[in-house]
Amino acid sequence: MTKVVKHRLFWPAFSLVALIVLNTVVRPQFMKITVRDGELYGALIDILRNSAPLMLVALGMTIVIATRGIDLSVGAVMAVSGAVTLTIIDGAEDPGSTSTVLVAMAVGTGVALLLGAWNGFLVAVLDIQPIVATLVLMLAGRGVALLITDGFITTVNSEPLEYVSTGYLFALPFALFISVAAITAISLVERRTALGVLTEAVGINPEASRLAGVRSRGITFGAYVLSGTLAGVAGIIYSSNIRAADANAAGEFIELYAILAVVLGGTSLVGGKFTVAGTVIGVFIIQTLKSTMLFLGVPSAQSPVFFAAVVIIVVLIQSPRVHRIARGLTGGMRSRNLSAHSDAEVAA
Amino acid sequence: MDAQPLLELTGATVYFGADAALDGVDFRLFPGEVHSLMGENGAGKSTLIKAITGALPLSAGVLRLDGQVVRFGSPHDAQEVGVRSVYQEIDLLPNLSVAENISLGVEPRRFGMIDWRQMRDRAGDVLADLGLDIDPASVLGRHSLAVQQLVAIARAISTDVRVLVLDEPTSSLDTDECAELFRIIEDLKQRGVAIIFVSHFLDQVYEISDRVTVLRDGKLVGEYLTRELLRIDLVQAMLGRSAESLRTRPRLRVADGSSEEPFLSARAVTVGSRISGADIDLMEGEVLGVAGLLGSGRTELARALTGIDRLDGGIIRIQGSDEPIGNPRAAISLGVVYSSENRRTEGIVGELSVQENITLALQAERGVLRRISPARQRELAMSWIDALDIRPPDPDRPAGTLSGGNQQKVLLARLLALSPRLLVLDEPTRGIDVGAKVEVQNLVGELADNGLSVMFISAELEEVLRVGNRVAILLDGRVVDTVPSDDLTPDALTALVARPEPVG
Repeated sequence: MTKVVKHRLFWPAFSLVALIVLNTVVRPQFMKITVRDGELYGALIDILRNSAPLMLVALGMTIVIATRGIDLSVGAVMAVSGAVTLTIIDGAEDPGSTSTVLVAMAVGTGVALLLGAWNGFLVAVLDIQPIVATLVLMLAGRGVALLITDGFITTVNSEPLEYVSTGYLFALPFALFISVAAITAISLVERRTALGVLTEAVGINPEASRLAGVRSRGITFGAYVLSGTLAGVAGIIYSSNIRAADANAAGEFIELYAILAVVLGGTSLVGGKFTVAGTVIGVFIIQTLKSTMLFLGVPSAQSPVFFAAVVIIVVLIQSPRVHRIARGLTGGMRSRNLSAHSDAEVAA
Repeated sequence: MDAQPLLELTGATVYFGADAALDGVDFRLFPGEVHSLMGENGAGKSTLIKAITGALPLSAGVLRLDGQVVRFGSPHDAQEVGVRSVYQEIDLLPNLSVAENISLGVEPRRFGMIDWRQMRDRAGDVLADLGLDIDPASVLGRHSLAVQQLVAIARAISTDVRVLVLDEPTSSLDTDECAELFRIIEDLKQRGVAIIFVSHFLDQVYEISDRVTVLRDGKLVGEYLTRELLRIDLVQAMLGRSAESLRTRPRLRVADGSSEEPFLSARAVTVGSRISGADIDLMEGEVLGVAGLLGSGRTELARALTGIDRLDGGIIRIQGSDEPIGNPRAAISLGVVYSSENRRTEGIVGELSVQENITLALQAERGVLRRISPARQRELAMSWIDALDIRPPDPDRPAGTLSGGNQQKVLLARLLALSPRLLVLDEPTRGIDVGAKVEVQNLVGELADNGLSVMFISAELEEVLRVGNRVAILLDGRVVDTVPSDDLTPDALTALVARPEPVG
């Protein structure tokens, strides 16, 4: 039992389950999944589908944070990739053709990859602090997106494009498959190759890693390229959902939600040790919370307050110090193991 | 000494998880004395200090100050009543000024704002007190480790200090600076400050301390008056085994190097202003000791030879090939590896496990895609843990939680796992205990007997002499002489490294 509690994903998972249980109590239909035309519908399915853009961005953010960095430009990159993709589709002779859409999406993602490479260049090669380096693109990116769309919101009607966010495959939303593919690919690459441990080494002690012969620059550069590319795909999903390229609204504040998801999942902002599974849980916590607010009819003006209140509770639930205080209040069982050190070891 | 102790600890016990790092230890400290705390790495010295300074809570036991029971919840509580410490690893902020570091946490204030003028004045006073001639407004990180160490001490004594803990204060100081520090310690003693002194240098312990408390495996071995304790007895008390078993093994003689081709041959190596035109040759299977004062370019030379810092001039020829070594990776692929003097910042990856630390360099060399299988990693780690007697023998423990000597062994294991041809060791025995020190020295000898070349850098001349076949003498960034160690005595070597004029 204590082993379960001490697992580093226990408290993030606990928070998510608690949120789901609360939702189910307030509205029993939350758990209900209906089948229509062989496709699944329900609040849970919506959460899985709608979380896709944040999921992709947060996965990239996890790796960047593991290298001691941060990527503030993801929202702007989303806007650019959406703008590029939709402008190409809009300008094509046949916006409804699958090949047109595929080419447009490939170009959009490619541009995002280049933007990620630009961030990586600034951070890994020029040694500019990540927060400053990515701030450049965060501020400039939306301007670039507006330039591409001529300052308008480009709207298109294209079935293959809409399929990305609203389509179904094997009874499940297509966007979910994109999330799952990204999660699987990143988990496999990080844990089946040595990339994961080398990334952690670079994040914990860059100089020691360099002296041990680790290609720190390459690893850091790669993290930003990954983050940019994933943000590009996220931007396409977003545009597909609203059928428009909105340079101002696309991915607005998503960098902050992504950072929050990473932290809620248990990856420290200091860098080093990271957990992909934790980030996935963090994303679901945020998405479930958004769905809850929607259901409860929290007025949009007040929703940030509500959101913040719940986030504070979740963060407190996960805090080792709060655990210590709580255990102290409940009579100091196992008091011998209460030293700060044993807690630190558990966290590590 | 029948006066009341200033500080008294009875039955001190500290648990880390299920292990007792400190087990029922009694310790007393009288005003105006220097009390040495001795023991091997992992004996519990650091834990005891942390318990006294409030950095770690006691699981059991009582701490008394002036006869009053006290409980420190944090280092801040301890500092409030005048218990201050200077830790082994310097814990200052390199990006702040010297004055800011000295006043950290106790900044003089005026109308709620920091009073910068008073801060600088106060820092100037303390530094003058220490006989340290540096600008309080200068950035700390620009100064040498030795100066930083003295600033850390300045910070500790800038407030009203009653108990001062010095944990390995001399490990980065040269002889003159040590003398300076001892003068300061004597001065503090006169003022009635009680000083806990931790050092692995027995000479210094005997020179400065009045009493000695010895710990072993978290338990108290005994408390002795220094003048009544023979060195041999002290070492035995620390190790729990006879000093005989610690003799360094005799080194095999290497064939006279003049006839054969050296493994590495560097000519006119220049790096910035620190190394100017250094020449050095390393034979196969040879241990080359490098002796020089702090600032003579010992570390800079090592870093230049191992691809860590770029050369501004000169060539390095390795087995006849003179391709430039642009980075540590390139050096590693040529079989040249470097162990930094800064274990914590440039060596150990603290939060990774011992196993991950040991396999790190090998994995980096193989590349991202060719991952060493977990089973092979475990096998490698266990074999090195076994071979170097890394304690505790737990490959999954975060490496940062090991004692200094064991961290050094983990680093050595990381480098040796690469099967290097040339091992450059920069202060490999700094801050580690007598037992581990002899182990490292013996290991170096064994490796060299097996054909590895070793460059051994140490501030302890006696050690350089004992370990090295030849000794290269460094003076102001140049190798002024290379002498077979059999032709030298420690005194002769001291004279050589301190010599103001290079030999003609």
